[in-house]
Amino acid sequence: MLPQSPQLLSQGRDLRLCLWDLAEGRNAVVDSICLESVGFCRSSVLAVGQARWTLAVPGKGIDEVQILEMPSKTSVCTLKPEADAKPGMPMCLGLWQAESSSRPFLLAGYEDGSIALWDVWERKVCSRISCHEEPVMGFDFDSQKARGVSGSAGKALTVWSLDGQQALQVCSTHQLTNPGISEVTIRPDHKILTTAGWDHRIRVFQWRTMKPLAVLAFHSASVHCVAFATNGLLAAGSKDQRISIWSLYQRM
Amino acid sequence: MDPAQSAVRLTVREAIHTLSSCKDIGLILSTLEFLKRYLGETKNPALPEEQEEFETVHYSAFLRCLVSKLSPVWLELSPDGQLEELWDSFFLKGPADQAFLVLMEAIESTAGPSFCLMKMAQLLANFLSQNRMAAIMEEQCRPQKKPGFPLLQQTLLNKVVGLPDHLGNRLQQDNLTLFFPQNYFRLLGEEVVRALQVIVDALRGGLDCSVSFVSQVLGKICIQGRQKEILDVLVPQLTALTQGSCLWQRVCWRLMEQIPDRAMEAVLTGLVVAAPGPEVLSRLLGNLVLKSKKAQFVMTRKLLFLQYQHTTSTLQSLLGYLAMDSQRRPLLIQALKELLETWGSSSAVRHAPLAQQHYLSAAILVCLAHLGEPELRDSQDELLGSMMAGVKCHLDSSLPTVRRLGMIVAEVLSSRIHREGPPLRFQYEDDKLSRELLALATPCTAGGSTLEAGGSSPAPAATEILEKTVDGEVESANSSVPQVRPQDSDSDLDSDDEFIPYDMSGDKELRSSKAPLYVRDCIEVLTSSEDMERWEAALRALEGLVCKSPEATQEVSVELAKVLLHLEERTCVSGFEGLRQRALVAVTVMDPARVAEYLTSQFYALNYSLRQRMDILDVLTLAAQELSRPGHLKRHAQQVSSGSGGLCLPAQAACQHDHTAGSGWRAVVEERIRSKTRRFSKGFPRRELANGPNEFNSVAGYFFFPLIQHFDRPLVTFDLLGDDQLVLGRLTHTLGALMYLAVNTTVAVSMGKALLEFVWALRFHVDIYVRRGLLSAVSSILLSVPAERLLGDLSEELLEARSWLADVAEKDVDQDCREQAVRALLLLERLKDRLLPISP
Repeated sequence: MLPQSPQLLSQGRDLRLCLWDLAEGRNAVVDSICLESVGFCRSSVLAVGQARWTLAVPGKGIDEVQILEMPSKTSVCTLKPEADAKPGMPMCLGLWQAESSSRPFLLAGYEDGSIALWDVWERKVCSRISCHEEPVMGFDFDSQKARGVSGSAGKALTVWSLDGQQALQVCSTHQLTNPGISEVTIRPDHKILTTAGWDHRIRVFQWRTMKPLAVLAFHSASVHCVAFATNGLLAAGSKDQRISIWSLYQRM
Repeated sequence: MDPAQSAVRLTVREAIHTLSSCKDIGLILSTLEFLKRYLGETKNPALPEEQEEFETVHYSAFLRCLVSKLSPVWLELSPDGQLEELWDSFFLKGPADQAFLVLMEAIESTAGPSFCLMKMAQLLANFLSQNRMAAIMEEQCRPQKKPGFPLLQQTLLNKVVGLPDHLGNRLQQDNLTLFFPQNYFRLLGEEVVRALQVIVDALRGGLDCSVSFVSQVLGKICIQGRQKEILDVLVPQLTALTQGSCLWQRVCWRLMEQIPDRAMEAVLTGLVVAAPGPEVLSRLLGNLVLKSKKAQFVMTRKLLFLQYQHTTSTLQSLLGYLAMDSQRRPLLIQALKELLETWGSSSAVRHAPLAQQHYLSAAILVCLAHLGEPELRDSQDELLGSMMAGVKCHLDSSLPTVRRLGMIVAEVLSSRIHREGPPLRFQYEDDKLSRELLALATPCTAGGSTLEAGGSSPAPAATEILEKTVDGEVESANSSVPQVRPQDSDSDLDSDDEFIPYDMSGDKELRSSKAPLYVRDCIEVLTSSEDMERWEAALRALEGLVCKSPEATQEVSVELAKVLLHLEERTCVSGFEGLRQRALVAVTVMDPARVAEYLTSQFYALNYSLRQRMDILDVLTLAAQELSRPGHLKRHAQQVSSGSGGLCLPAQAACQHDHTAGSGWRAVVEERIRSKTRRFSKGFPRRELANGPNEFNSVAGYFFFPLIQHFDRPLVTFDLLGDDQLVLGRLTHTLGALMYLAVNTTVAVSMGKALLEFVWALRFHVDIYVRRGLLSAVSSILLSVPAERLLGDLSEELLEARSWLADVAEKDVDQDCREQAVRALLLLERLKDRLLPISP
C-alpha cells in the first residue's frame, strides 16, 4: 500500500511493477512499469508528498539500483557501485529520509552480504559494511533509534547502527537455529522484531535487547514475508500457500 | 481364738442376721454404720487388727449378703437414699479385689434385664471411674503371702480382662458405653499407668514390689487383640515418664520382661507399631531381646519374615531398636544375613506375594542404613553371595515390580558392601516406589549409634543455620544490585521488559528436507544409507508414507517388515523403538495377511533375540487392534497428517489440514441452522459412532494360529517352556488380546477352542506373569466367543476351566491372579444368566 492513498503496488516475477487502484472497492491496474532486472530484489517506496513519491527498483546493470520519480516514471538517477567494489546483485532495498531534512537515503543489501548506505542526491555510497557471509535477504531500519537489523541466507541476524556522520557500524550478531531468513520486520512501535525463516518458522525478538521471545511454528514450508498491521497483528506468508495471522504482545 | 477375731465374727453374724430379717430402717442403718467402722474412714474407726480381720475374712461374705438383699423395695425403706449410699460405699471403700470379684460374680448370676442388674452395673461403672482398678492392680503387686493366691490372681486376671465380654453378654442392649472395649481398655491403660506410679513411689520408699500382675493384664489384653486401645494410651505416657527417670525405665523393662511368653508376640507387635520411633522402643524395652528367647524370636524372625502387613515406619522402629545398642547390633547383622538369604532364594521370589517381597526389600534397605562399614566387611563374602543369587532370580522374574525391587536393593547393597569395585547401576523408572525405597537406604548415622550422634547434633545444626543466614545476606545484597543497574545503564527503559518469552523448546534444527518421499526409497535408505541424518529422516517419515500409499506398501510389505524387524538403532534417535514399532504396525495394517504370516513365522524362527520376539508380539497385537477398530483407515490418515510437522503450537495446527478446512463450511452452516431453529426439548447430544465391518475378521487366523501352534517345541536358542518364560507370558497375553479383538468374527469359535486347550496345558505354570496371561485369555474367550457356541462346542472345556478358576481364585499367591480368576468366574456366571431365559 502506498501511504495515504488507496493504491497498491505489486511486483511480480514477470518483471512488471503494477499500480492498483483499490478505492471504493475497485481493483484495477492503473499503471505498470517494466523492470529490467531479473532478481529477487524488491523495490522500495518513499512518499514525498500526496501525489509524488520516489521508487527504488533494481536497475538494468547487475549491481545497479534505479531511482524513479513517480507517478511520472521519470528516472532520477542510477546508483552504481564503484568499479572495484563488486558487491553483486542488490537483494533488498530501503529508501528513507531523515525527519529533519528532505535528503533521501537508500539502504541496500547486496549479494556479498554487505549493506550500503547511498546518498541519493549525491549518488555516492556514504558507508558500507560487511554484515554477513551469505547474501543479505532482508533488513529493516528503525530511524528513531538509527539502528537496523538484517538477515541473510546464513545462520545469523546482524544488528547495525548509523551514526551522525552517516557511517554504518555493526553492533552485534545473533545466531539462529536454522539458516535462512527471507524478511525482517520491526513492529511500528519499535518494540518487537520478527523474522520470516526458511525453516518454516517465524521468530520474534525483543527489538531493544534482541532477546528471543517466541518461535512460531505453523507453516509447513519456508516463510517468505512477515508484516505488521497498524493494529499490531502480525501476518506471515509462506510457500505452503497459507497466510497466518498472529496476535502477539498486543499492547500498542 | 483371738478375742478380736471372735468379736468381729460375732458382730458380722449379727449384722447379717439383722439385714436378712429386719424391716426396721433405723436398725438396718445403724448396723451398717457400725460395720463401716471396720473399713476405716469414719470418725471412730475400729482397731487395726479388727479391721484386718474383717477385710480378710468377712468382707466378701458380707458383700454377698448385701447383694442378696438388693431390691427396689429394700432400698426404698429409706426414701432419702441414705441406705443406697451406704450400700454403695461398702463396695467402693473396702478391698478393691474382693469387691470387684463379688460384683462380677453377682452381675453374672443375676438374670437380666432387671433393676438389680442395672444397679450393679451402675455401681461397677462407679467403681471403675473411682480408679479402683488401679487399686486392684497395685494390691496384686504387693508381696503376698496368702495361700491360694495364684488361683485368686488368675480369677482376677480373667475378670479384669474379660469385663467387656461379660458385661456385654449380660446387659445386651443396655450396656453402658464405659464397658465397650474401645473405652474400657483405654481406661485400663490409664489405670495401669496409675498403678505403676504407685509402684514406683513404693520402690522409692524402699518397699519390695512386683509388676508381674500388670504384665499379665497387659499380655492378656494384647492377646485378645486390643493392643491398639491400651497401647495408644500407655505408650505416650510411658514415653514421657521414662524420659530421664532410671527407676521408671527399670520398672518398664521389668514390666515387659514379666509378660508371659505366649503373650509376648502380641505385646511386642503392638508396641513396635505404637512406638513413634526406635528411641522410644529402646527406652521401653531395654535389652529385652537379649533376655527373652521368645522376644528375640518375635523381633528378629516373626516380624521380619512371617508378617508383612506393617508399614515401613514400623520396620524402621524395629530395626532401629536393634541398631541402637552395641549388644543388640549382632542381632541386626544376623537379621540382615537371614533377610538376604530369603531375598536371594529363587523359590521365595517365585512364590512369595508381591507385598511380602516389597516388605523384605524395605527391611534390607533399612538394615543397610543402620549398619556401618566395618560390620558389613566382616560378613562381606556371605552377603555378596546372597546378593548375587538374589539379583539373578529377581531379574529373571517376569514381573516388572519384582525386577525393580531387585535392581534397587542390588544397587544399594553393592554400593555398601562392595566399595572397592564400581557399584552396580541399573536403569529403572524413577517413581514413587523407587524413591521411597531409596530414601530408606540413606544412612541415618554413619556407623555410630543414634544416641551418640544425638548429643552432638545441635552444634552442626546451629552452624548450618548460621551459614544459611550468611548466604541469605549475600544473596539479598546481590539481588539488590541488578535492581539498580538497569535504571542506570539504560535510559530508555520502557515496558519491553514485561515481554515474557514463550516456550521455545520446540525450536529444533530442521531436517525434513532429507526425508525420502517414497516407501521404496525408505527401504533403500534404511538398509544401505550411511548418512545418519537421512536414515533417521527416513525412519521418521516411514509411517506417514506407508499410510499414504497403501498400494506401494503392499508391493514391498514383507520386505519392509523384514527390514524393520532387523533394524538396529545406529545412532541415538529419540523414540527409536516407538518409531520402528509404529512403522511395523502400519505395514502390518496395510497388508495384514502377508505380513502377519511373515511375522508369526519369524516368531518361532532361529536367531532372534528375545527382544525381537517380544516386538513381534507387540506389533501383532497393535495391528490387530488397529484393524478391528471401526473406521480405522480414516482415523489413521488423520493421525498421520497431524503428526507430520514438528509443531510447537499444536492448537493452531488443527486448522491447518484440508479436511478440517473442508468441513469448516459445514460447521458454519450447521451453526447457522442451529441458531435459526427453535427446539422445544433437547435430547442428549448424540455422538456418532464410527461403524464398519471388522477388518480383522478375514485375517485373524493369520495372526493367531501360527503363534499358538509351536509353543511346545523348543529350539536351540528359544525355549518357551523353559528359561524364556517371560516371552511365554507375553505370548499368553498377546493370544488373549488377539482373542478379544476377534470378537464378532467367524473364526472366533475355533480360536477359542484352541486357546482353551493352550490354557489347559499351561494352567499350573509356576510363573505369575504367565498365569495372569492365561487368566486374561480365559476372560477374553468368554467375552469374544458367542454364548451359544461356547455352550455348544466348548462346554466340557469350560467346566474344566471353571473348576480350575475356582481353585485359582481361592489359593493363588498372587493377588492379581486371584482377582482375574474371580472376574473370569463372574463372566461365566453372567453367561449362564444370559442363556437361562432362552433355554426353557
